[in-house]
Amino acid sequence: MTKVTILQFPGTNCEYDTQHAFEELGAQTEIVWHKSESIPGDTSLLVVAGGFSYGDYLRSGAIAKFSPVMKAVSEYANNGGKVLGICNGFQVLTEAGLLPGALKRNDGLHFISKHHNLKVIDNDNIFLEKLSNNDVVNIPIAHHDGNYYIDQDRLKDLYDNNQVLLKYTDENGDDKNPNGSVDSIAGICNKEKNIFGLMPHPERAMETILGSDDGIKMLQGFLEA
Amino acid sequence: MKAIVNVSLKAGVLDSQGKAVHHALDSLHFNGVSDVRVGKQIILKLDETDNTKAMADVTKMCEELLANTVIEDYEIELV
Repeated sequence: MTKVTILQFPGTNCEYDTQHAFEELGAQTEIVWHKSESIPGDTSLLVVAGGFSYGDYLRSGAIAKFSPVMKAVSEYANNGGKVLGICNGFQVLTEAGLLPGALKRNDGLHFISKHHNLKVIDNDNIFLEKLSNNDVVNIPIAHHDGNYYIDQDRLKDLYDNNQVLLKYTDENGDDKNPNGSVDSIAGICNKEKNIFGLMPHPERAMETILGSDDGIKMLQGFLEA
Repeated sequence: MKAIVNVSLKAGVLDSQGKAVHHALDSLHFNGVSDVRVGKQIILKLDETDNTKAMADVTKMCEELLANTVIEDYEIELV
């Protein structure tokens, strides 16, 4: 059975939603407190869940990167382990240097919490392999600092290596940018395609009665590898 | 001694807060402002008494934690 390990920092608030989502899909889960200096040896996916680690003090994710568990996370990731950062988890992974770029304050300066359409840009990776390129999925976003920034040279590298995974669009897949993100980018991965980060919350899109179950196809990709 | 660290978004990185403040100043009829940048100031009280060492220490702090050099620049002043 797939084992999903979910990190919990002071201020994390999506760990139980994430746990519920993966358990619904049949995975075994374990929540690991940030003081732990190791992660379970049978982990097949490590999730850095959303929330407000350390109250977003200084910058979102800036202090979490020094938590004891992060050394184990880097080792796990550098050995090819699969890592998924959702929302604050994405911010933590960029601050820790495991993913390129940074997340700035939303251009409109407001916290945005709503369902948003996303277009699949590249499905040649374990995260999006259950979807097709140009598929449009409906996934909630909830962030204040979701404005992805990367300089033009590194942006080109992202495209050249098929690291741009998801973009914000309307329901027809046409560009629609809620937060000022460079090229409307909502999610990326590293060059080796084992570390994934996105601002939207697939773990909150598991039931049609709650607005969308498009998150199922995204999270399932991790469970069948 | 004290170190005053000013962190701001790099030139070329859009400063939305600066833009909003600029807009607000305009609506208050302060028309002589051509640009606004919003940053943050971090004040550190240091035990170190040697300026060169203090500068080296604080630079390291900025690189590792106080600034995100992907999007931010920092300036250090020792007083």
